[in-house]
Amino acid sequence: MLKKISNIGDCGITCDFGDEVNKKTNKEVIKLFNFIQESVNSKKIKGILNYTPSYNKLIINFELGKIKSKEIIEFIKGSDYSKTTLSEKNKIVEIPICYDEEFALDIKRLEEKTKLSFKEIVNKHLNTDFFVYMIGFVPGQPFLGDLNKNLYHDRLDTPRVKIKKGSVGIVEKFCTIYTFESPGGWNIIGKTPLDLFNINKKNTSVLSPGDTVKFKSITKRDLSSFKNE
Amino acid sequence: MSNYFKVLRPGINSTFQDLGRFGLQHLGIVASGCMDQLLFYISNKLVGNKVSEGALEFAYQGPLLELVGESALVAVSGKVNFKVINKNGETKQGTPNESFIVSNGDKIDILSTINSVYGYFSILGGFELKEIKGSVSTLVRAKIGPNNGDKLKPDDKIFFNRSNSTGETKKIEFDFDTDNTIRVMKGLQFDYFSKKSQEDFFSKEYKVTRLTDRMGMRLEGEKLENTVSKNIKSEGITKGSIQIPGDGQPIVLLSDHPTIGGYPKIANVITADYDKLVQKTQGSKIKFKLVDLVVAESSFQDYIARFNNF
Repeated sequence: MLKKISNIGDCGITCDFGDEVNKKTNKEVIKLFNFIQESVNSKKIKGILNYTPSYNKLIINFELGKIKSKEIIEFIKGSDYSKTTLSEKNKIVEIPICYDEEFALDIKRLEEKTKLSFKEIVNKHLNTDFFVYMIGFVPGQPFLGDLNKNLYHDRLDTPRVKIKKGSVGIVEKFCTIYTFESPGGWNIIGKTPLDLFNINKKNTSVLSPGDTVKFKSITKRDLSSFKNE
Repeated sequence: MSNYFKVLRPGINSTFQDLGRFGLQHLGIVASGCMDQLLFYISNKLVGNKVSEGALEFAYQGPLLELVGESALVAVSGKVNFKVINKNGETKQGTPNESFIVSNGDKIDILSTINSVYGYFSILGGFELKEIKGSVSTLVRAKIGPNNGDKLKPDDKIFFNRSNSTGETKKIEFDFDTDNTIRVMKGLQFDYFSKKSQEDFFSKEYKVTRLTDRMGMRLEGEKLENTVSKNIKSEGITKGSIQIPGDGQPIVLLSDHPTIGGYPKIANVITADYDKLVQKTQGSKIKFKLVDLVVAESSFQDYIARFNNF
């Protein structure tokens, strides 16, 4: 439930849904996000520049010359967005992943730490329906949850300087996919050939906050022959 | 015949920018856009463009450009030292904030900004730039924007649109904000900081370090002590937020900021003072002053009133 709305400077507000990081809380965030996005697209509200969901908050940025925070807060309070259901708006996306040891850089350590076999780790990862909590830091990078509890693991003590694009990593209850080559401290368990982000496409990002992701295991050969549309 | 500027020297960080690319932050794409909106606006006004037309933004040292083609009306806005060199090699000191005609073979040498960081170069009719998701702003980090999402490089060609009118030269006089006070509102995690640090933040000076770019401005000064938690759950970021990482030194998040982040934020710069802030050069000292929403909103009215004067 929406607990509190506060100002962030003079051109932003934050809608705070409480301190819990779980799907239930995030789904409430996504409902408001969907509602704001739809209200902007259908021109029911003017002056909104960006709306950014995270685990437990939605941040809305606006053009101060067009609208003031008071009007947006009243707009949100006066609407019944919480009745909408997510399934109408959000989709299920299958993402191919190759768990070959060439790409699953940290799976050996995970085997030792979790006392699970490679196959058990892979199966637990494949059998999870992941929820897209949020997308960001860099363009298109999704934060997915929740991982099977037995796979929970801390961040690497020393982050890698370079993680290849498409690498799939896990930390604590989350799973991410690197959309750009970048430094990072997540435990890498595989690689996807699917381009999640392309600014030149109409659909810039394959995933949106609130979507569901299922991974599908592919071989190394499938990976190299994979063609992005 | 095509008309373009040949880039003889790109400058330190010259990128095309407009007012920003909006509605995509939930996909990890920050708005970007010009750092100093007033100067950007002025650069377009000087040549008679619509005020949202893309312009070339430069930082500290700007580019050296040579015009190939027909004469064009151009302008440089900001506090800028630049020269115009004609094809006979005659050099003339340029006047910023006043449009002028350049002819085939003329070179414009934007040597440096003066006691400021950013300036803008505009042309009547605008540059020939490909819009990406409704904007010609450049985000170099993600290679998004015109010029393949990159800053200017040597030998690049900057094509521009021919205008039907020849345009008239125009001069705009205005005062630059030069004082060192930056007004802020309390940030979402203001209460995370000790009483002493809250006082220090508003009374001590903070120095702009060289680790400053379009993404953020790193400051150095009295260490700010977080008594609650050095990390928060990652949340969406707003331009002008001042976050305090574990080392206690503030970072002001600027136009190319990451879209989400997990450091506590002590304050947010008000819109009316953002242009003034981004123009603070390395080594400048700034002071933060606490204001409330009412003051921030009325200051914005004063800020916008300046735009309407030109």
